[in-house]
Amino acid sequence: MSVPWLTILVALPLLGAVGVMMLPRNSDLPKQAAFAISTAVLALSVAVALQYDVDGGFQFVESYPWIESFGARYAVGVDGLGLTLVLLTTILTPVVVLASWNDAEEGRWSINSFFAWMLALEGLAIGVFVATDVFLFYVLFEATLIPIYFLIGGFGGARRSYAAVKFLLFSLFGGLVMLASVVGLYVVSANSESGPSYLLADLMAAEMSQNTERLLFLGFFIAFAVKAPMWPVHTWLPDAASEATPGTSVLLVSVLDKIGTFGMMRFCLGIFPEASQWATPVVIALAVFSVLYGAVVAIGQNDIRRLIAYTSVSHFGFIVLGIFVMNSQGQVGSALYMFNHGLSTAALFLITGFLIARRGSKMISDYGGVEKSAPVLAGVLLVAGLSSLSLPGLSPFVSEFLVLAGTFTKSVTAAVIATLGIVLAALYILLMYQRTMTGPVRESTKSLPDLGARELAAVAPLLALIVVLGFYPKPALDVINPTVDTLLERVGVSDPEPTEAIEELD
Amino acid sequence: MTLSEAVFVKPEIAYGRLYPLLIVFAVAIVGVVVEAFLPRGLRYSAQLVLSVGGLVASLVGVVLVGRNLPGHNDGTSMGSIEAMGAIAVDGPSLFIWGALLVLSLISVLLFAERRLEGGVTAFAGQAAATPGTEAEREAHLQGVEHTEVFPLMMFAIGGMMLFPASNDLLTMFVALEVLSLPLYLLCGLARRRRLISQEAALKYFLLGAYSSAFFLFGTALIYGYAGSVQLADISTAVSSRVGSSALLLTGMGLLVVGLLFKVGAAPFHAWTPDVYQGAPTAVTAFMAACTKIAAFGALLRVFYVGFGGARWDWQPMMWIIAGLTMAVGSVFALTQTDIKRMLAYSSIAHAGFIITGLVGTQQGLGVGANEITSLQAILFYLVAYGFATIGAFAVVTLVRDAGGETTHLSRWAGLGKEAPVVAGVFAFFLLAFAGIPLTSGFTGKWAVFTSAWAGGAWPLVVLAVLMSVVAAFFYVRVIVIMFFSDPVGDGPTVAVPSMLTTIVITAGATMTLVLGVVPQPVLDLARQAGEFIR
Repeated sequence: MSVPWLTILVALPLLGAVGVMMLPRNSDLPKQAAFAISTAVLALSVAVALQYDVDGGFQFVESYPWIESFGARYAVGVDGLGLTLVLLTTILTPVVVLASWNDAEEGRWSINSFFAWMLALEGLAIGVFVATDVFLFYVLFEATLIPIYFLIGGFGGARRSYAAVKFLLFSLFGGLVMLASVVGLYVVSANSESGPSYLLADLMAAEMSQNTERLLFLGFFIAFAVKAPMWPVHTWLPDAASEATPGTSVLLVSVLDKIGTFGMMRFCLGIFPEASQWATPVVIALAVFSVLYGAVVAIGQNDIRRLIAYTSVSHFGFIVLGIFVMNSQGQVGSALYMFNHGLSTAALFLITGFLIARRGSKMISDYGGVEKSAPVLAGVLLVAGLSSLSLPGLSPFVSEFLVLAGTFTKSVTAAVIATLGIVLAALYILLMYQRTMTGPVRESTKSLPDLGARELAAVAPLLALIVVLGFYPKPALDVINPTVDTLLERVGVSDPEPTEAIEELD
Repeated sequence: MTLSEAVFVKPEIAYGRLYPLLIVFAVAIVGVVVEAFLPRGLRYSAQLVLSVGGLVASLVGVVLVGRNLPGHNDGTSMGSIEAMGAIAVDGPSLFIWGALLVLSLISVLLFAERRLEGGVTAFAGQAAATPGTEAEREAHLQGVEHTEVFPLMMFAIGGMMLFPASNDLLTMFVALEVLSLPLYLLCGLARRRRLISQEAALKYFLLGAYSSAFFLFGTALIYGYAGSVQLADISTAVSSRVGSSALLLTGMGLLVVGLLFKVGAAPFHAWTPDVYQGAPTAVTAFMAACTKIAAFGALLRVFYVGFGGARWDWQPMMWIIAGLTMAVGSVFALTQTDIKRMLAYSSIAHAGFIITGLVGTQQGLGVGANEITSLQAILFYLVAYGFATIGAFAVVTLVRDAGGETTHLSRWAGLGKEAPVVAGVFAFFLLAFAGIPLTSGFTGKWAVFTSAWAGGAWPLVVLAVLMSVVAAFFYVRVIVIMFFSDPVGDGPTVAVPSMLTTIVITAGATMTLVLGVVPQPVLDLARQAGEFIR
């Protein structure tokens, strides 16, 4: 009997959440417990990663019957894509707990519930990334909405309940459209010889007519596009990210939104390869538009949090672009981008969160000259900002470059337009930095304290990872490459041969 | 069988199969006798013991009968037609009986709750007294209770059990009346806000009487078409297409009006919000859960057994009804400001979702061996919805102010702060209604949508999904009001109920969770129930 690693990984934070709720109120104990639990989960996930065989396909597989009438099984397993996102989740949760140490004090409810919801969210998110049964995936996918809904609605800015409802309704819309497709998949699989099954492997083998495949694909894709979020179904993100606490925004944008792009790779491409090919032109156009739209709107923002939210719309455009150019460079780039974007956006949200907590305003126009009074804060914000605009040497550069390189082989036009996104990225990040950090010191920002030890400890691992993976992305690429190759094989495309052979150098 | 051939024989009643039904009626009659002979002080406890005891005995009976159900029709289904062809004791009947009895058992506890009203039940002290008069005040001061509600409820349950098990249209009509009349009365018996309660009873009665007339008229026309009111004979006539199809179609249309009225489907839903709002909340809970189960059972039997051969005639009608019902329920619920009215419209929307399952696949109509059938899906949905809805209405009885239950939504603001557990449980029920995974609502929705899609009704499934989004909005709105809004004025108070209501809410919440996480046992049970026999 092997150790059910993934089940433990899912169950530990969920049980931890229940435990945290039971701890006494009005003490630091819930925070400490949440931090300890999330660190233990991180340790576990690292242990899983160390045992992971990069060429082994799905690993740590567990599969038990769950609802036989529905053909649903409790089936989990990780491949390279799942593993990177599980690691992203487990890395970010302790960081967020540490960074949000005092964020829940002003909330409507006890700090216990704040940290308990966070742990619950971590457990469910891990479950989403390891599920290999579509029904299980769907259940967990929808279940993640509940903790994040209460996190946004219970803790954060003045318009948080509006933001929470808007988020929930968009997500439920996407989720229920996907439900129709999930139901359709059952019917497809029930007509096959082996009877109803939701296992990814069985669904990949299921035969469906061209129209059915396209319709079902659309259901899944719409849900993931809302989640990702892509233009034009992105409008919930700026509100949610701006009203929630920084920690919640990190979990929302860096972890939960990844479910959208993760789902596109795992389910849209995996189960509906032909339909994915069919949709490619439209999706690429939408993705390129998202890249530009997010970037342009970000430049115009005065609210720092909304600005970061719009940069994410732009970044998610890149990720979707990379997935749907259907070649290995693009998809490896996208898979890596998901991880890197998670780190970089988390750093941005947390650091600006520290800044906002100090001054009590989210408006860029309220700041100026902060680098004089809080040089460390300004420094880490610069690094995080530069990573967001994909400066070479920082990890997002590698992934963005791969995506663009992949796009060039598919469509030069799309690549050229998308590249404009990088130029605009430099604008929105540097303008924001210039207006808040440089310039004359304002009266209100004169005495801003610099980062404390806790805050530094929270962002240091993120920045360290960004730099290390910027110079040495090989470990991540090694994990991702085989998975992408399998996926592309499934879609039935191979990388185009170079049009001109390079002369061998002697 | 025509009249000229009729030979009068002594009816044979298979008591061995029908006793669960007879126990309930017997208890109801004994309850009436208790009212007549026992001193006032003893009646409440006697009635409670009788009702609970009777329901438990009947439930045990259902299980025992179910274990020894004979095979029917070469073993493809189980059951037997009893009481001279009037009652079909088959798998679906027994499943529905079991579900009805369990849910009634919970509801009866809600009827018996006394702590919330300061030592008396939530029913009018003296129903005959005009509201606002001295007589009423006196009855109130003396703490008079109407313990007649218990036998009335037992009669209603008996009718509900007979309704889906009826094997001919006349028995079905009698059952319809037996279940309806006590309900009309019960609706008018609220202790507080008596005028609105009486209004509800009158509306329900008038509209219910009309719909019964439709049902009866439909029966007459069907008799004219098939020469019989037996479902099996109707089925034969429909399959062989004898007689005038105008008679069949008109008759079917009229018949379905009566059934859809009880289900609460659009466009025959108009009574639902008024009655749900005006009736005592315990009665609303009972009605919402149990009437729906009984009426859907009857609807399924009529369409699958009687009119199975005319599937292509009624399917388009049901498509329209399903779409309309979902849309009306979901959209109108958006504008409601009263929690009971909102739950009423939500029940209409749910009726629409269930009808979606009705047009789905059936056994013997190209369903794979392990594939879910629409009967299985609908039975599961009804059980899931029943538990959640009784639980939700039970929570409604707890939120009170000086004037009794406070059902206006604005008064629920800040409930999450005031009573986190009660608000949390209610939010859980709302999430179940919205169909969020890990609740019974999701499993139920999945089941009916799947059977509908497998039956080729995928456009209806897409519509249902979109309507679920609309519906989700108003469920979420209540959660927002409870958790994210600040209380207005004094804010709501949550009364501490006695054990009885606590048991109801706990049972509702537990079953909602269990059916959401491990639904397989109940799904199996619904599968084993097999198909209707003819």
